[in-house]
Amino acid sequence: MSTKDKATVGEDQHGIESEDTETVGKPLLAAEKSRMTCRNVFVYYGEKMAIDNISLDIGKNEVLSMIGPSGCGKSTFLRCLNRMNDTIDICRVDGDIKLDNQDIYDQKLDVVPLRARVGMVFQKPNPFPKSIYDNIAYGPRIHGMVDSKTDTDEVVETSLKRAGLWEEVKDRLDAPGTGLSGGQQQRLCIARAIAVNPEVILMDEPCSALDPIATAKIEELIDELREEFTIAIVTHSMQQAARVSQRTAYFHMGKLIEVGKTNKIFTMPSHQLTEDYITGRFG
Amino acid sequence: MSSYWFGWRKAKVISGGDFQKLHSRLPYYGYMSALWSGLPALMILLLWLSFETTIVSSLVMSDLPPAYEGYSEQQKGLLLNDIKNLSEGRQTSGKKPELKILSDRYTQLKAIANMANIAVVLAIAIIGGVFASQKIKVETRARNNVEKIVKGLLIASSTIAIFTTIGIVLSVLFEAVRFFEKIPVVDFLFGLEWSPQTAIREDQVGSSGAFGIVPVLTGTLLISFIAMMVAVPIGLMSAIYLSEYAPKTFRSIAKPLLEVLAGVPTVVYGFFAALVVAPMIRDAGVTLGLDVSAESALAAGLVMGIMIIPFVSSLSDDVINAVPQAMRDGAYALGATRSETVRQVILPAALPGIVGGVLLAVSRAIGETMIVVMAAGLSANLTANPLEAVTTVTVQIVTLLVGDQEFDSAKTLAAFALGLTLFVVTLALNVLALYIVRKYREQYE
Ligand SMILES: Nc1ncnc2c1ncn2[C@@H]1O[C@H](COP(=O)(O)OP(=O)(O)O)[C@@H](O)[C@H]1O
Ligand SMILES: [Mg+2]
Repeated sequence: MSTKDKATVGEDQHGIESEDTETVGKPLLAAEKSRMTCRNVFVYYGEKMAIDNISLDIGKNEVLSMIGPSGCGKSTFLRCLNRMNDTIDICRVDGDIKLDNQDIYDQKLDVVPLRARVGMVFQKPNPFPKSIYDNIAYGPRIHGMVDSKTDTDEVVETSLKRAGLWEEVKDRLDAPGTGLSGGQQQRLCIARAIAVNPEVILMDEPCSALDPIATAKIEELIDELREEFTIAIVTHSMQQAARVSQRTAYFHMGKLIEVGKTNKIFTMPSHQLTEDYITGRFG
Repeated sequence: MSSYWFGWRKAKVISGGDFQKLHSRLPYYGYMSALWSGLPALMILLLWLSFETTIVSSLVMSDLPPAYEGYSEQQKGLLLNDIKNLSEGRQTSGKKPELKILSDRYTQLKAIANMANIAVVLAIAIIGGVFASQKIKVETRARNNVEKIVKGLLIASSTIAIFTTIGIVLSVLFEAVRFFEKIPVVDFLFGLEWSPQTAIREDQVGSSGAFGIVPVLTGTLLISFIAMMVAVPIGLMSAIYLSEYAPKTFRSIAKPLLEVLAGVPTVVYGFFAALVVAPMIRDAGVTLGLDVSAESALAAGLVMGIMIIPFVSSLSDDVINAVPQAMRDGAYALGATRSETVRQVILPAALPGIVGGVLLAVSRAIGETMIVVMAAGLSANLTANPLEAVTTVTVQIVTLLVGDQEFDSAKTLAAFALGLTLFVVTLALNVLALYIVRKYREQYE
């Protein structure tokens, strides 16, 4: 466990610039507490390195928020966690990423069930051009989780309820999902993701296209979902990170600079770069 | 040209070197005076040219020698032709001395007219230029002036296009109406027999043929249907491959290649169908013990299908590419495989657009002539058997109008009625297609 040692040492030497390849804070968790573990992850787009040696754990039933300036690799890192980077031809991922101690980049592992276990919600709501009902039923159907109409009805209803959308749409399940408002669409996408019963939900700036009221609803929802799921959320809003997450990770130019309890990161950042970012000196 | 410089100079002078005082920038004053002198002169020139011949001719004809007094209109027309030919130095039928005099007079009048024309146009150009330069003052809004004129020109051009279309439609419509005076509409639309007999003389026996459009229309639909059976699956699948599976380099080569198919002249497809495909089908038919006629709907349909593959594939490819990446990401993130994503998410999302593209291709197939003329035959069989010879609306139009025809026989007029039918069908298809495509665009706004 040498990585862990170094990282813990890093905390004691906080703010030392020369050591900036090391992450300050506590990126790693005890084995029984963590859901996903990432060790020495590098990501390249062609020749260009986008993620530079990141080690980070995501704990069970926690919301981990990732912040950092644009282009620092937050989305790239998030997309490693459900192998969405596979869909980009020039993208190469190195390192060791495990979900419940199972290597997700294992040759033998099929990405289809993996993506059922690690769901994802995108920046722009992207409901399929199908009915609300079919949007939710799509995932369970392709994974063979439902056989009968009653099964499907049930999954659709519970998913919409868990996403807090049921009351608003229960009378028009046949209406196209694209006809909902932005905030409703995003909750539909969340419902779609939780319909396949994932363990982890990845969210990439899920509120950046929404108005404040819709945002508040989603944040509330994230807080509720934490009881059942592990959530990793990328956000540009530090207030949002502060409101919804227990741990916060600060990324800078492909490196993980600092990780820690959210309230500590925002009140007493240890690293100079983190402090500069959250006090608004750049970003 | 020169009036551009006049306007420019004038503006420069009156501004006294302080361009800030001018309302618009210098070149606009130039443009303004150029347009003022150029446009009216150009219009006069055009008017003049279109009326000159008529006026000169009527002048010549008005003082015909008494010898021609009793001539009918038609004879006079011929005479005038002779005169014109003579004055242009060409041979005429029977050289009469009076004609020589007349044609001299014609030449003379023409020369005068030309001079007058040049003089008038120049005068108007100058007047226009002077008028414009009078108008140029410090506060003249030359820019707005120029903009207005340019806008007018653009409107005029688009009006020409529109009026030409309307003109064509109307002329087809009128001729078709004349046809329907001879043949009742009901007979035309629901008649099951098509045999427009050759009627050289009006009193000839059997000059009124049968003008039932049904067999012809069936032929068109049969061939178009066969063509779509070829083009839609192949075009759609190649579009899916190109947009979802193919590596970028392959796509960049294959797409233009496929579009070359659309650039092959239809005559080439025609003889390919007639000389290669049709014999192949017949041979195959013989081995299978089927009776295949030398010209078959199948041959024409197959080749036409190949011809419209690029329409389908290119349009579908565009539509599929227009499906937002987010849609694919959404499906992949749920664990859908590539083919599931294509089938269940991308195709449904792109379907309206694809349907629109296919309808456009259908209307193209219906209007296609060359291939069918060469490969499908001329006999109007009412059949659904693709191995028989059939004929199509376009082919019949061609055969009706080829050769010497009397221009108001039912036979010739039938061509206009067919044309009108074709026009209505393709127009309806196009409107439907555009409507669907537009609907589809809105979905992703
Ligand atoms: N598909 C891609 N192809 C090439 N480079 C990419 C691609 N996606 C992201 N990058 C690059 O990777 C870096 C990290 O991007 P990203 O993860 O999107 O940052 P963030 O989400 O933090 O704004 C950026 O420099 C970006 O230019
Ligand atoms: Mg991003």
